[in-house]
Amino acid sequence: MDLVLVNLIDGLVTGLLLFMLSAGLTLIFSMMGVLNFAHASFYMLGAYFAYQISLALGFWMGLIFAPLIVGVIGAGVERYGLRRVHQYGHVPELIFTFGLALLIEELVQFIWGRNQMPYQIPDILNFTAFAISGNSIPAYKVFMIFISIAIFIGLLYVLTKTRVGMIIQAALSYPRTVEALGHNVPLIFMGVFGVGTALAGVAGVIAGPVLGTFPGMAFVLGSIVFVTIVIGGLGSLWGALVASLLIGWITTFAKSYNIRMENILNSVGISTPENLSDSAFRDIWAMTSPQIADILPYILMVLILIFRPYGLFGNREA
Amino acid sequence: MTNPMRDNQITTDPSKPAQRMRAGSMSTKVLPWVIAGAALLVLPFVFTNNSAITIMNQMAITIIFALAYNMLLGQGGMLSFGHAVYAGVGGFACMHVMSNTEFFAMLPLPALPIFGGLFGMGLAMIIGSFSTRSAGTVFAMISLGVGELIAACSVIIVAFFGGEEGVSGNRTYAMPFFGNEFLQQIDVYYLIAFWLMVSALLMYLFSRTPIGRMANAVRDNPERAEFLGYSSRWVRYYSFIFSGFFAGIAGGLFAINYEIVTEENLNTASSGVILLVTFLGGVGFFFGPIIGAIAFTLLQTVLSLQTELWAFYAGALFLATVMFFPGGLAGLLMMHVPAIKLGNASKLVVPYITTLIPAFIGIMGVSALVEMTFHVRHSSVGDEEMTVFWTTFNSHDLLPWAVAIGVTVVAFGIMRKMLPSLRAAWADANTSKGGAA
Repeated sequence: MDLVLVNLIDGLVTGLLLFMLSAGLTLIFSMMGVLNFAHASFYMLGAYFAYQISLALGFWMGLIFAPLIVGVIGAGVERYGLRRVHQYGHVPELIFTFGLALLIEELVQFIWGRNQMPYQIPDILNFTAFAISGNSIPAYKVFMIFISIAIFIGLLYVLTKTRVGMIIQAALSYPRTVEALGHNVPLIFMGVFGVGTALAGVAGVIAGPVLGTFPGMAFVLGSIVFVTIVIGGLGSLWGALVASLLIGWITTFAKSYNIRMENILNSVGISTPENLSDSAFRDIWAMTSPQIADILPYILMVLILIFRPYGLFGNREA
Repeated sequence: MTNPMRDNQITTDPSKPAQRMRAGSMSTKVLPWVIAGAALLVLPFVFTNNSAITIMNQMAITIIFALAYNMLLGQGGMLSFGHAVYAGVGGFACMHVMSNTEFFAMLPLPALPIFGGLFGMGLAMIIGSFSTRSAGTVFAMISLGVGELIAACSVIIVAFFGGEEGVSGNRTYAMPFFGNEFLQQIDVYYLIAFWLMVSALLMYLFSRTPIGRMANAVRDNPERAEFLGYSSRWVRYYSFIFSGFFAGIAGGLFAINYEIVTEENLNTASSGVILLVTFLGGVGFFFGPIIGAIAFTLLQTVLSLQTELWAFYAGALFLATVMFFPGGLAGLLMMHVPAIKLGNASKLVVPYITTLIPAFIGIMGVSALVEMTFHVRHSSVGDEEMTVFWTTFNSHDLLPWAVAIGVTVVAFGIMRKMLPSLRAAWADANTSKGGAA
């Protein structure tokens, strides 16, 4: 039971981190209809900028300024890159963001090299918050949970209760009408893109010390973020939240409980073949849940796309 | 007043999907194929050393793969982020045929890629049955998901994928083919060249069949194709499985050439590279991926010898292509067809020289600055000597920086000055003598 609680907390941290990325991505998708492949690259930029700033000014300044810089870069990419490619259609847009992801990874290697950066948890948060039957929960995890929840509530408030949020929501569905009413829709798009990438930057700042700040970090998380918003339903903020938590918990639980494929197959009535080591399917029999934890989200996504192409909470086909 | 010249003009705009294939389909001649075949025969006599033949082998395999990829992207409008899977699985299948010594001893080596093709096709039939229901984002996402899944499986299912070290074999155990055991690189070259000609021709002919033409229709307007009575889903499915077949052939040739296939052959990075190659060459024309594969392989081999940063330059080039020349290299070439048909190509030569030379120098200046920055940041302490463009200097001095920045700024300045005259010459060259077109 205690282990379940620890896993719930770990899964929550992973899920909320995913949510910070997927929230921005899903907003950008519902706005421009294009999946931003480079979204996780902005997450990586956030981590690297925060590391660089923390060397000079400390962690907290990094937490404030790195997302701002990332947001400005994101807005610039929208203004001078995506808007230009937009005229060629959706496929070139997707290819553009894909190329951008490649280029940002190369750029990061160019500036900071290939090794992991010694980006550390700030001393003030480097203690054990509490322990559940011997499993200590670091304070930094609690901090991550609070930051993510605060951002989610803030985002929800801005989008649903403020005037700016109303205009954004309207611009997502009826850009022409909103433009006719005198609002600068391209500016709104640029702003949403900037805020979305800044959110990814925040995620990078707080995840960098835990998950490691290295050039492959965007790639590790990037495709999972897509999976998340596809499962949740493209363009749905609630869907992104539910799918993020789902993926966070599924992967955490699959990793900590060693469920063997052999036991599953036996329990559904298929008996283990006598000479297992010669069987062509021996690898499938020997499969364990920690082994496949990382590909479970992909399996889930493919299933969702086959049986429910608009995702769990989506209202339109991807 | 009608202009007789106007009918001769080709109004192909490669950026418009509806017009993409039109110019490509005009060349239904035999001559280009004969020339290509002759070139493939003669090339090893021109470039005789082994490393050149290795590069040509790699190039030919990439060409087949890129052409197969373009069956989806250019001709079918399906953007795949996991197409390396089909090539990789084809390669693994060939490796397993190779390691089945009794069967392999009865099989001439040139027939081996067929097995790769069939396995690639079989996998494409399974995956395509659900992924081709729609094009666009859903297709792209499924291809990415399936690609990641199979790449991850390669570490888990060791019996087929061989885990991290992959599967290796020996091509010489095959039945001798007219006494040839394919010990030399040059023998393998001719085998690959043969398959290159065969598969390129088949893929070209596929694009000319009704199903190939319907793939274009479905790409441009699926709804209208449905109204004409074609199931856009089945049209996409056929393109997909044939593309899987030729990707598998490329994978099989890879297996023959390198005698080892690993997880790297089917991961997302390889899928990304083939997208890059195809788009760089130009998705709008049949020959685009061929140019792309040749240019990319050359870029890769030549640049990677010169600089550690070649992937950075390749990425920047790719992004520039997407932003400024969505037609790719082939689109750039074909832009000049109208001017040539009008007999005005010579008007462009001088403006091109005066604009492109400064632009080239400017780009060289930028790359020098990039290299110098890289050297300052990453070289070991005390190592301040560096060599860029056959000049050795101290990268911590002010003078080289001033020279590089100066050259860059001046070169781009001249280029900007020259651009209007190029634009004017371009408009002039594309105007027929009878009046404004």
